[in-house]
Formats: sequence, C-alpha cells, structure tokens
Amino acid sequence: MLIPRLLRRLLSRPLTDPAPRPTAPEIISELRARLEEASHTRLGRSLSIRQVDAGSCNGCELEINALQNVAHDLERFGLRFVASPRHADILLVTGPLTRNMAEALTRARAATPEPCWVVALGDCAVDGGVFRGSYAVLGGVEAALPVDLVIPGCPPTPEQILEGLLALMDANA
Amino acid sequence: MNPRAILESGMEMGCRPWPRFMLDAARWQALAPGEELSLLGLWGEVGFAHAAFLDEARMEVLLASVPAHDGRVPALSPRWPSAALFERALADLWAITAEGGTDARPFLDHGRWPLLGPLSGRATPQPPGVTPMEFLPAIGEGVHIIPVGPIHAGVIEPGHFRFHIQGEIIVRLEVRLGYTHKGTLSLIQGKPPRAAARFAARLSGDSTVAHSLAFARAAEAALGVEVPPRAFALRAAMLELERLHNHLNDLGFIANDAAFAVIHARCGWLREGLLRAIAAAFGHRLMMDRVLPGAVAQDIAAIPGLLVALAQVAAELPGLLAQYESHASLQDRVLGTGVMTAALVQQFAPGGVVGRAAGRGFDARLLTGELAPEALILQSSADVDARWRQRHAEALQSIEFLQALLPALPDSGLSVTLPPQGGEGVALVEGFRGECLAWMRLDGGGVIEACMLRDPSWLHWPLLEAAVIGNIVADFPIINKSINGSYSGVDL
Repeated sequence: MLIPRLLRRLLSRPLTDPAPRPTAPEIISELRARLEEASHTRLGRSLSIRQVDAGSCNGCELEINALQNVAHDLERFGLRFVASPRHADILLVTGPLTRNMAEALTRARAATPEPCWVVALGDCAVDGGVFRGSYAVLGGVEAALPVDLVIPGCPPTPEQILEGLLALMDANA
Repeated sequence: MNPRAILESGMEMGCRPWPRFMLDAARWQALAPGEELSLLGLWGEVGFAHAAFLDEARMEVLLASVPAHDGRVPALSPRWPSAALFERALADLWAITAEGGTDARPFLDHGRWPLLGPLSGRATPQPPGVTPMEFLPAIGEGVHIIPVGPIHAGVIEPGHFRFHIQGEIIVRLEVRLGYTHKGTLSLIQGKPPRAAARFAARLSGDSTVAHSLAFARAAEAALGVEVPPRAFALRAAMLELERLHNHLNDLGFIANDAAFAVIHARCGWLREGLLRAIAAAFGHRLMMDRVLPGAVAQDIAAIPGLLVALAQVAAELPGLLAQYESHASLQDRVLGTGVMTAALVQQFAPGGVVGRAAGRGFDARLLTGELAPEALILQSSADVDARWRQRHAEALQSIEFLQALLPALPDSGLSVTLPPQGGEGVALVEGFRGECLAWMRLDGGGVIEACMLRDPSWLHWPLLEAAVIGNIVADFPIINKSINGSYSGVDL
C-alpha cells in the first residue's frame, strides 16, 4: 500500500504553492519605511544593554547590578541587560581598557549589530582613571572604540548611571 | 626539623608586627606543610621571592624570603599545591622561575603586555605574537569542551572558564584569569603609602574597605604608628558594613542562580537601604577611599539612619532563612552541590566564608582580637548550602557588632602623622571574602619599595575548579556564586 502511494507522490506535483514573483522595488521601499516608523514607535524607548568589563575593579559592576534591584528597577524604562552582544543596542563598558581585554572588547563590538552605542562607564573607562599610564592598560574605552556617551564616577551611583542611559535614549528617540 | 624551626633559623629582616626570615635555598626547599603551617601567599620582589605562612596553632603570621639567584628559586608547589598559581604569577610579573614547580604555564601574562617580567627590574620587550594558552586535557570517551568567556553572560568580571564535559557532568574545569590585570603593583611602587592607597582601594571594588585597611595597617606597622581610637573604631564599623552589604548581595545572587527570585529581590532591597545609609554616613556607597594609611578620610555622620537600616536587615534575615529552608526546589539545588573535600580544604587552607563553611576555624579577626574564638561561626558540609548559611549567620553577627559599636564610638582625632622613614610591615584583615594580606617595605624616604596585596581569592579559585568536578554544568553558576572569587583581586 505504502510504496504505490510514495511513488504517486514522487511523480506528482508538490502540494506547496510556488513562491510569489519578486515584489516590485518601490513596494519594498515603501514597506521598509512603514516598518521603520512602526518599530520606532514600538521599540524606540527600549534598548538592550550588553555590559562588558574591560578591566574594572568590580566596583562599577556592583552599581550596575544595583540598578536592577527593586529600588531602581531598570526594566521599567525599557532598558534591559542581555547575555549576548548580538542582542544589544548598547555596549556598556567599564574599567580601564587592559591590554588583556582589548581583543575581547573589539570582538564584542564587532558582534553587536548596528546601530550600536558605546557607553564608557566609570572614571577608568573614561580615560584609564587611576590606572592610566600602567604598562598593562591602554587607557579609556576610546583607545579601542569610538565612545558615544561617558558616565563618570568612581563608581557612578545607580542614579547617575540611570540618568546617563535615559539621556541616551531620549537623544535617539 | 619542623617548618617553624626552619623559618626561625633564618635571619630576621625586621618586618612588623610579624617577622620575616631570610632563608637560603636549601632551607626554603626543606619547608613543608606540617605543624599546622599553611601557605597564605607567595610573591616576588627584584631578586627575591617572599612567602607568607599562617601558624594555625599559635595564630601567627610568618614571612619567609629566599634570594632568586639567576631568577630562580626552589618551588613550593610540590608540597603546597596552592603555591602553583602564585608561582605562575611570580614568573609572569617578577620573571622568577620556581624550579621544580608543578605548573610552569603563564597565568597573568597573556603575551599582550609590551614587557616580559614588568616587575623584575630588568624587564625585556615581549616577543611579538600571542601564544594561545594551553589547557590541561581531559581524556575519555565522549568528552567535549565548553569554552566560556572572557566576557560572561551576566554583569560580572571577565575570565575564561574551560570546561571538559562528559554528558552533563563536569570532568574538569580550568579557570584562566589575568584579563583585568592593571599593573596595580607597579603603580604602587615608588609612591608614599598615602598616595598609593587609592590602588589598594581599587584592587577589588567589593573589598575596597578590607584591602584599604590591610594596606593602611601594613603601612602603619612599617612606620610604627597607630591610629587614634575613633579612627580604629570607624574602620572596624566600615569593615563590618562592607561584610554585611556583600553578604546580602551573595545571599540574593546565590538564590537567584537557583531562579528563586524572592530572596534575591528582598536581599537587593535590604542591601540598597544599607548602601544609602552608608552613603549618608560616610559619603560613598562602597566607602571607597575612606580608609587611608594613618587615617580615616572623614568622620561618620547620620548614625541613626545606619541603625535603622541595620534593624531592617536584622528583622528580615530570619524570615529569609525560613523561606530558604522551606522551599524544596531551592534546597534541591544547594544541598550537596559543589562540595569541597576535607583533604583539599586542608591542603589549600582557604580563608573566609569558603573555609569556615568547610569547618576551617580561621578568621583573620582572631589574630587581632577583633573576634573572640568562641564567637567563630562554622559549618561543616562545605557545599553551596553551607556557604549560604555561613553568610547568613555572619551577616547577623556583623549587625550585632555594629549595633554595639556605633552608639559607643570613642572620641578622638581621626589621623596620625606618617613619618617619612623606612620600615617593613604586614597586615591581615578579614574582608567579606576572607583574609586580605598586605605587605610593604618602605625605603628611608618613606616611599614604597616593594609591595604585595594578596586577595583571599588566590586560594579560592583552585578550589572552585575542584568543587565543580562531578557536578552538572547547569550547577556551575550557583557553585561559582557561592564561592564568589574576585577576578580583579587576583589579576592585580
């Protein structure tokens, strides 16, 4: 029973419809414009952040983590931390840029889709901070990547970090 | 000859308050564990290697040194396995080879610094090209590798974890650190203690008070000065506040790694209240740069607010313990997970929560009389659960200390003048992670000639590698969090 049915199917036309003809380019560009508008309305106030420690003392990480506690509740502003740079809109970089982390940081940036904003968080990320001039430190984040926003402090308080991130969101809304 | 007698047969080098003995290579070679002599740390200086030991019977620190002829010293790692990591750093930073050591691979040096042996006094240019690190192998049917990091999925410090896995079970883990190496020791050298204190404060941000205090005490010991009573008491208060806010953090994050959000949320809230009260009292949420050699930077303000925050934590901690104990889903994740064997705990002699959760009765506050021996809290099961409970009990104890200390602060000045003179000092301070060691030698002008800051995590990372063996990969985060080693503290 089975074999004749298989043969029939093999020799007959597939049930699936053929693919549609290519759409006219003008329709595509119109759709693209509409999509951009819609995504801006829907996603414009939502940014995903990938944090990268490029050599910090972990003080900045403590305050970034505090940003996620119930008192600050970062997510209510549409800001959330993601596990992969591939899901990120913002690279939030802390620490003086150590020579041992420079490659990892530039690779994380390469893995982040455009548009991407780089935020240097903490005095060390701004210009190397107290570690500037060490044989093991290249300087601030700018030594490897163009920086869009700087949030100084040692470490900046959660309120200061939040202020900086919200300003970035407003500037790009 | 017992090891203590070998040490004391060397020439005394005038370190305070604990002595440092200069040994020849033969006597250094003859040092072996025994008589409850555990290794605290090993580091270098131009022309010498230094080691710190703890005499657990007498509760005393002993330092030993050996000259590095042609950049070589006999290794300690065949007798003290915990020396292996230090010996790798000794080669990377001071270009001193530990002959006969168990592991000669680079550790902090990833081949990316411009110099080889940056602290050796005869640094040579690093040859171009980066050699990938060789990881220890695991052989067997179906073994595969999971490389993780240096950038991890969460908001944490960078490090590379190389897992060898069979099915779901971890066969071997190797941790590669050094990513946050900032050249801290090189920046400290050549500065007077006051100017160099900011580097001790930033060795590991979460232990900023503990490392600053160890650094300050070592400088004060070297110069033979003591801070006034109020400064002494304020330092003790800051140390306990740091322990408390970090223990709250860890209690929450361990529960979070078992997806138990309630405890994480409550601990985060309690810690935030405490940090705000600390900021009002000391002007900085983490109390960074508040402990300086010979001083505290500012007097305390807003004590009532601190006491209110402490009372809130004290009121809620018992309820959190009840929640922790009464949820099978959480207990299932922590009980029997990440166990450290008694043999390894004895060999590595880890300090802090990790050691005390495994029944090792050591706390650096015992050395200075800040903690009475009968007040020492211990657990025995050496698993994630024991480490959670240890933190919970210590948090309550810290609150008790603070509630007694804060209303009764002595009146006095806050600083003492540091004479610009030479000397050598060592200090051991119990941070939230364990004992932070600081050693320094000042030249005749009061400038730091040689220095070491040894974070307790040096002894914890190898034990993490051992504790995860036989556990499932999915339990790694919770085991790691329960130990909570500092990356930056070890990376220097």
